[in-house]
Amino acid sequence: MSGLFDNEMKLEFSSKSSNEAFARITVAAFVAQLDPTIEELADIKTAVSEAVTNCIIHGYENKEGIVKIIAKILKNTVMIEVSDTGKGIENVEMARKPLYTSKANLERSGMGFTIMESFMDEIDIQSVLGLGTKVIMKKAIKPKEEDEEETKLG
Amino acid sequence: MNVKYNEKDKLLLLEITEEIDHHLVDILRRKIDNEITRYMPRKIIFDFNNVSFMDSAGIGMVIGRYKTMNMIGRKSRNDKC
Ligand SMILES: Nc1ncnc2c1ncn2[C@@H]1O[C@H](COP(=O)(O)OP(=O)(O)O)[C@@H](O)[C@H]1O
Ligand SMILES: [Mg+2]
Repeated sequence: MSGLFDNEMKLEFSSKSSNEAFARITVAAFVAQLDPTIEELADIKTAVSEAVTNCIIHGYENKEGIVKIIAKILKNTVMIEVSDTGKGIENVEMARKPLYTSKANLERSGMGFTIMESFMDEIDIQSVLGLGTKVIMKKAIKPKEEDEEETKLG
Repeated sequence: MNVKYNEKDKLLLLEITEEIDHHLVDILRRKIDNEITRYMPRKIIFDFNNVSFMDSAGIGMVIGRYKTMNMIGRKSRNDKC
């Protein structure tokens, strides 16, 4: 782990759908050190849930694989990277479009990337067919008013 | 999930209390479809007030039930969440 960040963590787990809750709760616990609001935490949990679900159902298509999460904190910003070494995305531009899903038969809504985009400040999708997909998301946690007050006074 | 059925209006009220993600939605979907086939309601109201977590799997589930209700010539409505 490099010294570029204030804090880092890495998580690897089997691509089982029962791990979806584990993944988002773990990331939320890590982010808790930035003292996020309940709403900010809910945004992060939802975005992580979307990214992890995508690795499991699209990346590995419910076959065995490893989902990897790296989370890094720098000042008040959290960077979350969720990746798989599965199938990859042929057309990322199209995949990002609201309502686009390649698995409509599974009652997918095609809103995963749209939710990640709107709940996080930034999202970058890197994918290579046959090699896998990496989603990098960033969100700044707003400093709380008391803290601002303190810095002003101090 | 708490289920209330109003016979007079043929109204099925589903108060969802579980977290909804891709893993958990399967069980919930099965429960809801059981209630739909049991009552064959004219209308469903989903109450999401007590849902502590929901991602896009929940959207897919609601759209799916909406389609089912249309198929059997009925209506579903979502309450504020
Ligand atoms: N990790 C991934 N590996 C392969 N394909 C993916 C991955 N994530 C997303 N996709 C593709 O992008 C599409 C859109 O994803 P998303 O917006 O989450 O909608 P949904 O999951 O409901 O299909 C998916 O249907 C799939 O084709
Ligand atoms: Mg998705």
